[in-house]
Amino acid sequence: MADVNRGNRPLSPHLQIYRPQMTSMSSIMVRMTGIALFLLAFFVVWWLLAASTSEAAFVPIDWLMRSFIGDLVLFGGTWALWYHMLGRLRHVIWDFGYCLDLETAIKLGQLMFILATALALLTIVIV
Amino acid sequence: MRYLTDRKRAQGMGSGRQGTHHHWQMIVTSTLLVVLVPLFVITFGLGLGGTYEEVLAYFGRPIPALITGLSLTVGIIHLLSEVQAAIEDYVHGVAGKLTYIAAAAFAYTLIAAALYALVKLAL
Repeated sequence: MADVNRGNRPLSPHLQIYRPQMTSMSSIMVRMTGIALFLLAFFVVWWLLAASTSEAAFVPIDWLMRSFIGDLVLFGGTWALWYHMLGRLRHVIWDFGYCLDLETAIKLGQLMFILATALALLTIVIV
Repeated sequence: MRYLTDRKRAQGMGSGRQGTHHHWQMIVTSTLLVVLVPLFVITFGLGLGGTYEEVLAYFGRPIPALITGLSLTVGIIHLLSEVQAAIEDYVHGVAGKLTYIAAAAFAYTLIAAALYALVKLAL
């Protein structure tokens, strides 16, 4: 009987094997934006907690959030938030059994990048 | 042919050993985010940028406070699932388990801190 190889075998996403495609890249970006947002939430909560504590606690973190680097990170975070929301919505649509053909999936991927950018820019205009 | 139901086959499976629970949880929170993300982006965006007194007054109001609290709670729980799925994929063994627990500790601490801050701002 042949030995079953249980330990030493390639694990799920074979990133180094597949050529980058719209379907894989748009999906990987959902995970990356998710992880980035998880870490960014720390600063949002820090800011809120500082506001509830005292003016002395609030001023430095508020300065950081509204500095040039803060603006840049918050814009990235806003883009990531919109992108992640759209990416997860796509997963829900797929899970309900719609839009599963390759052509539509690729179009949805492109749409996620375009819409996230448009919504992030719209956010700057509104707030 | 095995006489097993689909449910029995899925129960306790997956790298998180939670069967389809995690997957279903993602569908639920992902759908909630479609409503909460636009509300949060506008609410938090309007709250940021004022003086200390303006920020206190803004988050002392019920609607901004509720939207912020709800979005941060649901959002951070969703992002925790997201991060834990990534940990299951790339970190294994004891290191994986510890990273998984650390991510949960980080997430629940953030939620508690955010809610505490909002309560304090409202009172």
